[in-house]
Parts: sequence; C-alpha cells; structure tokens
Amino acid sequence: MPDRILLTHGSGGSLARELVEKSFLKVLNNPLLARLDDSAVFDFSGTLAFTTDSHVVSPIFFPGGDIGRLAVCGTVNDLAMSGARPLYLSLALIIEEGLAMSDLDRVVASIQRAAEEAEVKIITGDTKVVSRGSADGLFINTAGIGVVPEGVNISGSNAKSGDKVILSGNIGDHSIAVLSKREGLSFATTLESDCAPLGSLVAEMIAVSSSIRCLRDPTRGGLAATLNEIAGQSAVGIRIEEEKIPVREEVLGACEMLGLDPLYLANEGKLVAVVPERDAEVVLKAMRANCYGKEAAIVGEVLSENPGRVVMKTGLGTSRIIDMLVGDPLPRIC
Amino acid sequence: MRFITEFRSSKLAAGLLSQIRLRSRIPARLMEFCGGHTVAIFKHGIRQMLPSTLEMVSGPGCPVCVTANADIDRAIALSQVPGVIITTFGDMLKIPGSRSSLQESKAGGADVRMVYSTMDAVKIASENTDKSIVFLGIGFETTAPTVAASVIQAKERGIDNYYILSLNKLCPPVIRAILDSGEVRLNGLVCPGHVSAIIGSYPWEVIAREYRIPCVISGFEPVDILQCVSMLVDQIEQGEAKVEIAYRRGVRPEGNPEAIRLMEKVFEPAPARWRGMGELPASGLKLRKEYRQFDAELAFAIATEPAQEPVGCICGEILRGTKVPRDCPLFAGICTPEHPVGPCMVSSEGSCSAYYLYGGDLAG
Repeated sequence: MPDRILLTHGSGGSLARELVEKSFLKVLNNPLLARLDDSAVFDFSGTLAFTTDSHVVSPIFFPGGDIGRLAVCGTVNDLAMSGARPLYLSLALIIEEGLAMSDLDRVVASIQRAAEEAEVKIITGDTKVVSRGSADGLFINTAGIGVVPEGVNISGSNAKSGDKVILSGNIGDHSIAVLSKREGLSFATTLESDCAPLGSLVAEMIAVSSSIRCLRDPTRGGLAATLNEIAGQSAVGIRIEEEKIPVREEVLGACEMLGLDPLYLANEGKLVAVVPERDAEVVLKAMRANCYGKEAAIVGEVLSENPGRVVMKTGLGTSRIIDMLVGDPLPRIC
Repeated sequence: MRFITEFRSSKLAAGLLSQIRLRSRIPARLMEFCGGHTVAIFKHGIRQMLPSTLEMVSGPGCPVCVTANADIDRAIALSQVPGVIITTFGDMLKIPGSRSSLQESKAGGADVRMVYSTMDAVKIASENTDKSIVFLGIGFETTAPTVAASVIQAKERGIDNYYILSLNKLCPPVIRAILDSGEVRLNGLVCPGHVSAIIGSYPWEVIAREYRIPCVISGFEPVDILQCVSMLVDQIEQGEAKVEIAYRRGVRPEGNPEAIRLMEKVFEPAPARWRGMGELPASGLKLRKEYRQFDAELAFAIATEPAQEPVGCICGEILRGTKVPRDCPLFAGICTPEHPVGPCMVSSEGSCSAYYLYGGDLAG
C-alpha cells in the first residue's frame, strides 16, 4: 500500500477494496460490518433514537483525543442525551488526497477504542477521497442509533420551576486543548480534551432516577448555549452560580490570555442534567461514582421568572444575563 | 498564588465595596479608558454594586472601535490589490467600513488571514515571496512594540515583501483630547492596565498634574477594579490628584523599557484619525525614515472613495463618553452583534457589545 492516500483509493477499484479491508475491516471488525453488503441489516425492537454528527476539527490530533474519538463520542453522546442506550454507528470519511496512511490508521484505531469503550459497533461505512485543497485532511460523519428504555422521557422542553441543574464536570478543557495546538496559536499546556462517551454515565443516572427531565451535552456554544436552549424550549428561567461551576485554573488562565469566556467553550465529554429537586442528590451521587462524572456539581436551578433567560449570580454577588454565543469567540488584541 | 481566583474573591470584593460605600460622599464620574475594563465591569456587574455617588462612563479604549472608517476603507482597498495578502488580528475582520468589511472582501476572493502574532505575519511573508504581505497595525501601546519587533525582524532577515499599514494609536493624547474638549466632566480616570505595563505610570503623571484629575492604573479582575475605584474615591474625597498603581503585579512605574525602546526605534508619533474625534496631533505612530521600505502607504497607491458614516450610528459619541449605547436609536434593534452597524457593537471590547451581552435588564 502507498504511504499516502491517493485519489485512486476512492475510485472503487482494487486499491479502494484494499483500503477497506486493511484499514477498516481489520480494525473495526464485527459480523454486521464484515458482510460488506450495501446496508447493514439487523433486528430491532423498542423505541429508537437516531442522530448524526459531522466532525471537521483542526488539527485532527490534539491532546486527549483526535477526530476519530470525537466522531464516535459526538454521536454516542447525542444518543445518550435522549436517554438512549447507543447501539450502532455508521462511519463516513471524506479524506483529502495526500493524508498519511499512518494518520488514517491512527484515527481508525482510535475509533475502534472509543467504540469499544462506548459499547457500540460500527456496522456500515463509506469512504470518499477528494483532491488536495478540497478538504482539510480528514472529515468524518457518523450517524448512530440507540434504544430508549421504556418510561424514559428526556427532552429540552421538560424543565420545570424548582428543578436543579447539574453539570458533570469541568468546562472548557476541550476547546483550550484544541486551541493550544492550532497553527499560529500554539501555547504550552498540560490540558487534555475531555472527549469521552457518556452512555454509561447516563445509564447509571437513569438507573437511580426515572424522572430526569433534560440532558444535553454542552458542545459548540458551551454551557451558555445549552442552558439557553433549555430555558427557551421549556419556557423557564435558569439561574446558575458562577462559584459553583467547575473550571480548571489552567482554563481560566488561557481564557484570560485569549479573551475568551469558559461559559462559551465547547466540551466533548460533559453533560448538563435538569433533575427534579427531590432526585438531585441521588443523581449527583450516581454521577460522581462514574469516571466521567467525578467533578459533577449542582450549579443552578430552574425558575418560573424570566422565561427563556439564563442569569448567573457572579462571584461578587451581582447578577448578569448569560446570552447565546454571538459569532465566533475571537482572541483579543489589547 | 494562582492570579485569577484570588482577584475574583467575593470576600475581598465585599471588603473593598464597603470601604467605597463608607468613604464616597462627593458625587463623581469616573471614566474607564480601556475596553477590557468596560467588559470586566459589565461582566462582573460592578456598576450595580457602586454607591449612587459614583458614575462610571466608558472611554475610547477599544482599538478596533476607534479606527476611522476611512482607514478601514483603505485596508479593504489594499486587500483587493492583486498579490496582496492582508494579515490582521481577528476583530478587524468584521468591522464594517463605509461600504463593506474585510470579511466580505475575503468572501469575495481577497486573501485576508487572521493571525495571533505579528511574527506569524512575518512567517507568511517569508513563505510567500511572490506576494506582498500587509499587516494591519491596530492597537495601542500594547501591540505597537510587537509590530516594531516584526519590522526589525523582517529587516534583519532581509524580508522585502512585508509591509505595515500603521493605524496604531497612543493612549495619553486621546485622553488629553477628551479632557480638553470638556464635553464630559470627569473626576477620575481608571487608567489602562496593559498599556501601562508598557508605558509605565509616568505619562499619566503629566495628565494628573495638568488636569488636576486622580489617575489610578487598574488590572482587569473585579478585585483590581474595585481596588482602583476605592483608591480614586480616596483621592477625590481628599482633594488629591496623583497617579497610583492598583495593578502592581503587572505595571512598574517605568513600564517595560525594552518594549518602549523597540517602539521608539521603529515608530515616531504622527497625527492620527480617530472615529468620533477626528484627527488628533501626535496620537498615532508612523514608521521612521529608516524603516520606510515597510510602509504600506508608500508601497501601494491606495485609492478609496470618500468615507461614509452609517446613518444614525453614534459610535463616535459613545467613544467620547458623551453618550451611552442606550441613547442610540439603532442599539439592540437594527444594530446587534449578529448584524452590527457600528464598530462598538462588533468588537469584543466595544461598549455597545458589552451593554448588549452583559447589560440586559433583569425583570426579576
């Protein structure tokens, strides 16, 4: 095999076949995928959750993860946020001509590790190769299906006045870890992306409370966007407390340096849960027992006042409105 | 010492606030010059906490906001010269000029690149020897030394396709202009922290003495700002007018001599156009004769149509401190961060954006 991806790898000919067998089948092997039919066929019963997510992160390798792990976790987490147990994923790659074969192998190995951890299988896939300049190394789309347990009804529109808002851990790690490696902005940090599959965390939460109202993963737009979405969908107000939101000192420092606000930074292994007050402590305890929820904290509550608005009590005791992210957060110049 | 959480401590803040409330008797209006301060003040809700004797107004300290429309038009015109790559800090991309923005120019095919450091612009020049690389020199004394360092490096390395469009500006002259105009009665100045880290406290001494106005240099965390306000209140109550530093961990009285040396080696003061204030003498920086080869103004014939100001926009008055964003008929209706009309709504350090993002009314 050549040591770089060529346009011929996407042609459907023998080189394409070799790529599928050596780079994908060997690593992601499972009986459904191995059939290599045009679609994966399987039995299913129950309530289905179905989602899709595309990943274009740059650079494709970053501290704590890579585009492959991200592509698995992104879709797994979207399923988990509906309360579903993730089962199967599709995997579609758009590869820029010239990508090092070793990079592709590294990404596929990472996909397999993440899939194993998340207990999902990649059962169908596709590869396209585009000419140099038409993509940025590697883009990945995954779609996934999962089964929603009976009696579970989780939606952004379920929050009610009096509910508690729980955050599963430190915010901002992913954004800062990726930014630290971005061309032209490299800075030294020991921070790693929090990229992780949250299926087991959600399952353990649901096991202790059947009345979890909302679950969301605060990815793009950060905690601020997620809370605004819930406040809008449920027509409630949300009040959070700055001092209760877990943020690492390194993230705060990088934010100061770059002029960013941790509330708007993307996370890839965190969730926000809205839970009735009576269940808040037991859910929090279950979360803290999971490796992806150790730093979980109750950060706020749902109110009937100011529907659609998110308000934060600052460390100084004042209040400020937390709005949706507007445009792109850009590093400051002064 | 972790440098952030300590300076957001609610206990320290409460102590400073009670001191301020206890001592402030004389009604006073304080201007925070710097956009970074404006944002911090709004973000932490500091205005809500101050006693009714104290009023805070925002000054012209957002470097992107004070860039005149005519200069943005020139940057856009330069971006359309064949073979030119424009390099700039991010905020400039979105600022509307008279007819379009650099962002629109880029979408139309111009090569406009956001950089995080002037050295990246030099690198782009060294890697694209068949192109002309123009760096837009925006900012105050904080960024000017880094522009100067890039010019020196380009000269040393014999890079002859790197140019500066110098729109750099100086802080003390514009503060003088505001005090001279007498449009806003001011009783104290919250002096910029990052700028003073470069220029030190001496340039403010002259201003404090000449205008009999208390000046305190502040950091950007809530405790820094409250400490600064507390020191200003003490001076006002005691009838003093001196320069103090409430940001000792960042600012020394002499500033950063090496940065000053670099800046003075490459640049000399020149008249500059300010949005809302017109041309102010010796308030900008132009390349010295020895570095003329890097001057984009001389290297390219930049022709632009006469600049136009957006109808109804009062950014100029906001920058002078004579009006606040809520006085603007466009604020939050026609002019929002998604669809900005004026620069103060675009820049992350602009007053309008700070009012819009953090200053919303709370019903409950």
